[in-house]
Amino acid sequence: MTAWALWAVAVAVVAALPAVLSPFQIVQLTVFMIYSLLALSLDLIWGFGGILSFGQAAFFGVGGYVYGIVGINSGSTTLALIAGVAGAAGLAALLGYFTFYGRVGSMYFAVITLTVTLILHQVMGTTADPRYAVGQARLGGYNGMTNIPSLALEVPGRAPLTLDPVQLFYVVGGLLLLVLALTRALVRGSFGRVLAAIREDELRTELLGYDPRWRKLVTFAISGSIAGLAGGLFAGWGNFMNPQVFSMFQSALVVIWVMVGGRSTLYGAVVGTLVVQSLTNYLGTASVTYTTVALGTALVVIVLLFPRGLVPAIEGAVRRVSGRRPPAPEFAR
Amino acid sequence: MNDVVLQTRGLVKEFGGLRAVNSLDFTLRRGELRCVIGPNGAGKSTLFKLLTGQLKPTAGTIHFKGLDVTRLLPHEIARAGIGIKFQVPRVYDSLSVTENLWLSARSRHGAAAGAIVDRVLAEVGLVERRTSPVGHLSHGDRQWVEIGMVLTSDPDLVLLDEPTAGMTHAEARRTADLVREINRRATLIVVEHDMDFVRSIAGYVTVLHRGAVLAEGTMDEIRANDVVRDIYLGKRPRARR
Amino acid sequence: MDFVAVTAFGIVYTIATLILLALGLAVIFGMMGVINLAQAEFLMVGAYTVLIVTAHGASVWVGIAVAPVVVGLLGLVIERTIIRFLYGRILDTMLATWGLSLGLVGLVTLVFGPTTEGIATPLGHVTVGEYRLSVYSVFVILMAFAVLGLTYGLFNYTRFGLVARATMQNPNMVSALGVNPARVYMGTFAFGAALAGLGGGVMAPLTGVVPTLGLAFIAKIFITVIVGGPVILLGTTTAGVVLGLVESLVSYGSTPIYGQVAMLAFAIILLRLLPQGISGFWRRGV
Ligand SMILES: Nc1ncnc2c1ncn2[C@@H]1O[C@H](COP(=O)(O)OP(=O)(O)OP(=O)(O)O)[C@@H](O)[C@H]1O
Ligand SMILES: [Mg+2]
Repeated sequence: MTAWALWAVAVAVVAALPAVLSPFQIVQLTVFMIYSLLALSLDLIWGFGGILSFGQAAFFGVGGYVYGIVGINSGSTTLALIAGVAGAAGLAALLGYFTFYGRVGSMYFAVITLTVTLILHQVMGTTADPRYAVGQARLGGYNGMTNIPSLALEVPGRAPLTLDPVQLFYVVGGLLLLVLALTRALVRGSFGRVLAAIREDELRTELLGYDPRWRKLVTFAISGSIAGLAGGLFAGWGNFMNPQVFSMFQSALVVIWVMVGGRSTLYGAVVGTLVVQSLTNYLGTASVTYTTVALGTALVVIVLLFPRGLVPAIEGAVRRVSGRRPPAPEFAR
Repeated sequence: MNDVVLQTRGLVKEFGGLRAVNSLDFTLRRGELRCVIGPNGAGKSTLFKLLTGQLKPTAGTIHFKGLDVTRLLPHEIARAGIGIKFQVPRVYDSLSVTENLWLSARSRHGAAAGAIVDRVLAEVGLVERRTSPVGHLSHGDRQWVEIGMVLTSDPDLVLLDEPTAGMTHAEARRTADLVREINRRATLIVVEHDMDFVRSIAGYVTVLHRGAVLAEGTMDEIRANDVVRDIYLGKRPRARR
Repeated sequence: MDFVAVTAFGIVYTIATLILLALGLAVIFGMMGVINLAQAEFLMVGAYTVLIVTAHGASVWVGIAVAPVVVGLLGLVIERTIIRFLYGRILDTMLATWGLSLGLVGLVTLVFGPTTEGIATPLGHVTVGEYRLSVYSVFVILMAFAVLGLTYGLFNYTRFGLVARATMQNPNMVSALGVNPARVYMGTFAFGAALAGLGGGVMAPLTGVVPTLGLAFIAKIFITVIVGGPVILLGTTTAGVVLGLVESLVSYGSTPIYGQVAMLAFAIILLRLLPQGISGFWRRGV
């Protein structure tokens, strides 16, 4: 009963929230759910693929920019979203090809993905001049890309219907649950079992006849596409993209969400994102500088004290107090 | 000629200046049960690594079932039908016994994996422990899990590196039965230090020394060989626990 | 002819800055196998040290001499309070140094504000035909040679260096000989930090001083160290020369940003062929 009941509860909660929350809170929660997708993308590749990527912000940004470019030029936001997902997946696949097929070590991989993000930040920053434009879409340098169309419902033969905040909330919430269900199916299915085996002992798995390079590549491309989806939704939510999405701060934030939620579960990424973002909201964004200091400190403290994640550590403590045994190991929890 | 399942020609592996495998010519016929013995550092494990693609030879070729596998990747060689059991059991400690067996079964049998796993669980006597994480099992049982993994993937050629290391007498006897059982379905190369075990499975023996073949023959012939006795059999056999 | 000379000088200068800024990172990487993501902030703190020293009326040269001491001590403190708890956990160490990087940028911004402060570039200019060259850039090139020499000397002619090289080859063996590898790691980390402090201090008059100073260099030095691989001096020098050439040539044809893009593309393609970097053929060492 439990699994289905939990999904039903999740759907019911998403469905009911607009009736309970203020319009402002709905808009806020929409962006938190978009971030949750981004965190999920990292959780998939890190928690289940065993590969730490510092470049999820890059795929998020690419997804957003491509959404903007295609959306502004074609007017179709569905097309724009698909293009955003494809663009991010393509970049991930390209990077993954060079790194996994080159058998680059895990630390090199992390540094390379971070470097790609930093360089995208700088490259997009130099595009302020109006001549940097793709069709009608001006990239805008550090001022950002503006006038990105809001996500609209497009039924063939009818005029596109721009989503209002509550509708957007439902679309994003629905997509989040859908992606969560799909990734869960992926990691529990045979692909995910082999992935778990590669994570535990790559050589052994290879000698059983599995090609780890290809599986890592696929996982990374899927992870990139989820980040790209989040980026596209973000651009359609805020009608704006700027190079800050590629900043060190953003890149680190994604890692923090997953570290707080714990990377042994997929829902952990969502929980971590909601907790961290609500907390920063609650504390008030007094200044970016204070947030940066807090974020940096949090990262150091979590690594030192709760390397397996904050939420799992709390769960473990609760379990110890209540005297319950931990669940038996399984391929993918 | 087509009953030759494995053939190496002029196989060489150098580590820096050291030739761990030195111009090795080795031929194995289908259905054979071959024991490879030799003192520590003779190059037995290195040979296995070359055969499974974990190491690339410095020179020479390896043909398996008539196919040149010298430059293939480990997973391609595994798919072609070479399975290995490591010297130190190499299993997935955090996964259950069933899951370990399923992983090896699926790579070559796809959807039929489930049924094969059930059969092999019984063969290796681990039905009762099938949901336990392998990390919680005894050393002997972990060896059985790995042997079970070889069985489920059903390879044409099985490489066993010291299958009885760390086993009790009774366990070693059971392993000897199992080796004969595997041999009914597959060709086998067994590396062993334990002479009693080698005799009990009664295979044809190849003696490796400094990466090359020193002698080949039945166990009795090998015993009668003075050179072999000097470099190898003269040493005290390993003690059992 | 003047054009050729000036271009050649520019290329040498680019290579020298890469080596000067990346060497500290390479030292830490070569010893501990960890990329320190806070290295850019070590550069930045070095630059601020020069800024503070000059603001108190001392000369830039005094600042440049003090910077490695300050940052070396900072490195020591960080190693004792954070890094040493994470040995053997490479990715966790990276995450912690990343947190450190953000924290340092934030703290320095809180204290000094987000604006760029200038330091007058000493030594003036010389003219070569119709071109003007800053004499200070000659000093930068000399400093690159100096740090290479210093590092070589430290690792090859001191007792610390001997123990450090032995630790790189085999930490267990060294501890069996009665040397505590933890002390070696501590010393190396501090030395790598000090080199970064020196690099940041030397560059400060050219770049101006701002909390995000490191960002301008960090991508380049990561690429240099990754391409260089685990052999500190040889790796960094070779990578510096190759990547410096790539960067200068592409930058002359377009903009410095594309120079960096080309470096990154070059590095990624190279790693497909040599996953351990250029020096990955050799054993870990100096
Ligand atoms: N990766 C390596 N690098 C360098 N030398 C190696 C490497 N692997 C093996 N050797 C050397 O090659 C020689 C053969 O080693 P190998 O492990 O094949 O011997 P073995 O016959 O399996 O011995 P044992 O009976 O102890 O298992 C040894 O001298 C060993 O030190
Ligand atoms: Mg061996």
